[in-house]
Amino acid sequence: MHSQDDSESLAGRVAEACAQGGPLRILGSGSKEFYAGPCAGRLLSTRTHTGIVHYEPTELVLTARSGTALAAIEAVLAESGQMLGFEPPHFGSGATWGGTVACGLSGPRRPWSGSVRDAVLGCRIVNGRGEVLSFGGQVMKNVAGFDVSRLMAGALGTLGLLLEISVKVLPRPECEITLCFECPFAEGRERMIRWGGSGLPVTGLAWDGRLHLRLAGPEQAVSTAVRRIGGDRAGEGDAVWNGLREQTHGFFAGEGDLWRLSLPPAADTGDLSGSWLIDWGGAQRWLRTDAGPAEVLAAAQAAGGHARLFRSANPPAMRSAPLAPALAALHRRVKAAFDPAGILNRGLLPEVF
Amino acid sequence: MSLPERSVERAAFLRELKRVLPEEALLSDPEDLRPFECDALAAYTVLPWIAVLPETVEQVRAVLRLCHSQNVPVVARGAGTGLSGGALPVADGVLLSLAKFDRILEIDPANRMARVQPGVRNLAISEAAAPFGLYYAPDPSSQVACTIGGNVAENSGGVHCLKYGLTVHNVLQVSLLTVEGEPLTLGSLGLDGPGYDLLALINGSEGLLGVIVEVVVKLLPVPETARTLLAAFSSIEAAGDAVAAVIGAGLVPAGLEMMDNLTLRATENFVHAGYPIDAAAVVLCEMDGMAEQVEAEIARARRVLESHGATEVREARDEAERRKFWAGRKAAFPAVGRIAPDYYCIDGTIPRKRLAAVLGRIGELSEQFGLAVGNVFHAGDGNLHPLILYDASHPGELERAEALGEEILTLCVEVGGTVTGEHGVGIEKLGPMCVQFGAPELRQFHALKAAFDAGGLLNPGKAVPTLMRCAELGRMHVHGGRLPHPELERF
Repeated sequence: MHSQDDSESLAGRVAEACAQGGPLRILGSGSKEFYAGPCAGRLLSTRTHTGIVHYEPTELVLTARSGTALAAIEAVLAESGQMLGFEPPHFGSGATWGGTVACGLSGPRRPWSGSVRDAVLGCRIVNGRGEVLSFGGQVMKNVAGFDVSRLMAGALGTLGLLLEISVKVLPRPECEITLCFECPFAEGRERMIRWGGSGLPVTGLAWDGRLHLRLAGPEQAVSTAVRRIGGDRAGEGDAVWNGLREQTHGFFAGEGDLWRLSLPPAADTGDLSGSWLIDWGGAQRWLRTDAGPAEVLAAAQAAGGHARLFRSANPPAMRSAPLAPALAALHRRVKAAFDPAGILNRGLLPEVF
Repeated sequence: MSLPERSVERAAFLRELKRVLPEEALLSDPEDLRPFECDALAAYTVLPWIAVLPETVEQVRAVLRLCHSQNVPVVARGAGTGLSGGALPVADGVLLSLAKFDRILEIDPANRMARVQPGVRNLAISEAAAPFGLYYAPDPSSQVACTIGGNVAENSGGVHCLKYGLTVHNVLQVSLLTVEGEPLTLGSLGLDGPGYDLLALINGSEGLLGVIVEVVVKLLPVPETARTLLAAFSSIEAAGDAVAAVIGAGLVPAGLEMMDNLTLRATENFVHAGYPIDAAAVVLCEMDGMAEQVEAEIARARRVLESHGATEVREARDEAERRKFWAGRKAAFPAVGRIAPDYYCIDGTIPRKRLAAVLGRIGELSEQFGLAVGNVFHAGDGNLHPLILYDASHPGELERAEALGEEILTLCVEVGGTVTGEHGVGIEKLGPMCVQFGAPELRQFHALKAAFDAGGLLNPGKAVPTLMRCAELGRMHVHGGRLPHPELERF
């Protein structure tokens, strides 16, 4: 695998921009640019900053530079029978490690194997002053100092340029089976609640008009679970999960606004109408609707969660509900603590800035 | 960071507190303050200026506003079971006990979550969730007494972390009050929250960023079955290799623990768990889940342990024996406490593969300092707890124990680990923090702290050392040949 350490030059570029006050637009392959939103500034690419710095299968830890291809990392893990537990979406063949962590998006396995931030153990970053800093490490348990590493996950590069990220990885299950059930949403929701709390070895639970259940573990455990539950082995195998992860599922086709709602799994969204796809056992819901943003955002908040306009042909400036004033003010102070000149990915996180 | 001048007199401040708190919630008599003078790191004691025990969030707000307006420091406290002095009072500050916030507000079985006040005991959550077949996974050894607010503040672990994660992985939402008394909600009732992941940041922040007034935790289904293997080894190295092999075989045990011979003997004398006391080390390996899954995983774990030099592998015959195996492990600290007048518990984490080397070096240091060391190890996640035995009544022995502890922590950093895996920095590991972090990182921590608490009033003097202190201690984080604090004069 290609390996090159650009830490020094990347830090130099940030320090220079800090001195001159010129904003920077940090970019890997751009596969998730649609999600992060528009951002002005001189391009600072992480693409040549590549390589797996450290991987020890018996430690369940991998460290890679931010420009490393996500696909390459997954291939190396697969060789040792391991995987990223958070099953991140690529949304493009060039998806990089840095973009994966900066966007903080997780796939169908997330409720059972944890999110990107759950897996993060440590990082090396360049803060907005151009300083190279290390936080966390390569061990599972570490409470020395504030947990800056996990704060970086999902921060869209607004707090620092990610140089290296260490994560906990997981063994691949010995056996995986997907079952499929014809049922309307009301019944699907009831089963999701029941199975989600059952102790069965569930690693995927989604409803798209049919209910899909993925079971994983040792062969005999999976077959026992199948016997207990019944249901049909899905003809399409595990294709549905990849379709959910990469949004290649038919539901995602088309140009209309796509909302993501993050909710308590059993939440009732009341009168909010539209076309729904339910993932994460009910905790992540995709919605296509004619309802206005105010209605969607309010319904998500009323249900105890939050919503974000995930894809849109004409994205408005406000894609999620503004944070409460005290929380927004705190966000601005946290941003300033890392990036006092406000040069890193300026304009991302519009609910704050 | 030095605190701004406080002009208010104690009597005047007490009068102001009396206006916002009921009489019984305000303690100022030295006799009443005594119980708050330390946490479980009893070697350090400070009598607080004043202690308050509010019962409502409104009262906490009023106390914080008052303290903030008069520049009075505030130290929040849960059950006081912390092992690093994180709840040690400050002599010119208010000790804010959250002990009266002990109500479980809601168990929501459909959403598998519990909404609780910060003073609820860790184990009480699982007890309240049990009728629904649910439990709260993180289980620090002090779970009978420690509170969820303290667990969040310390990002507490436990013996089941490898499979179920730390506190940070099991908390959905935290409501806190800022130093100004402003309410904030971090996270959401879904699996993530909007904006920055400040919820992750709050976990393990040791009371420096805000005062936690409510926590929503994730509940998990109680595993159908749990089975435990006990494997004996004739050398620590073989035990360490076997642990790595279990992980390498793709197994994720619910618990994977190791004890060395000294600890084993002490523990056996204490709880009579039936441990093989001639072994150099034992490994406890627990699998939980569906019966068939556990059956398959236990069989594989047994094969791996046997093929990696276990002299004996025995399975707990029944639930009673399984509990006994764990009772011994969880009682390791008090058991060691019986064979020496005092012990000092260290909390480093290391990459598992360095275990044999690190234990070997600890053995050498133990001889060099003339103090016995027992080792308990959360082997699954590399968290090492060397217990240094000493006698505080012998002059100089406590200082020697502390010096040995710092040597061990420096060793943990050298092999790529950390100075604290789960007990926190508190007051205790400020020195070792200077070894682990350089000035730029420490400055970043201070900037982050200032974003939450510009005046430095919340739990001052804990968790993050000042640059000045690191320079004075002469502990150098040398990274890439650079000295860490070139801007400071050397002493």
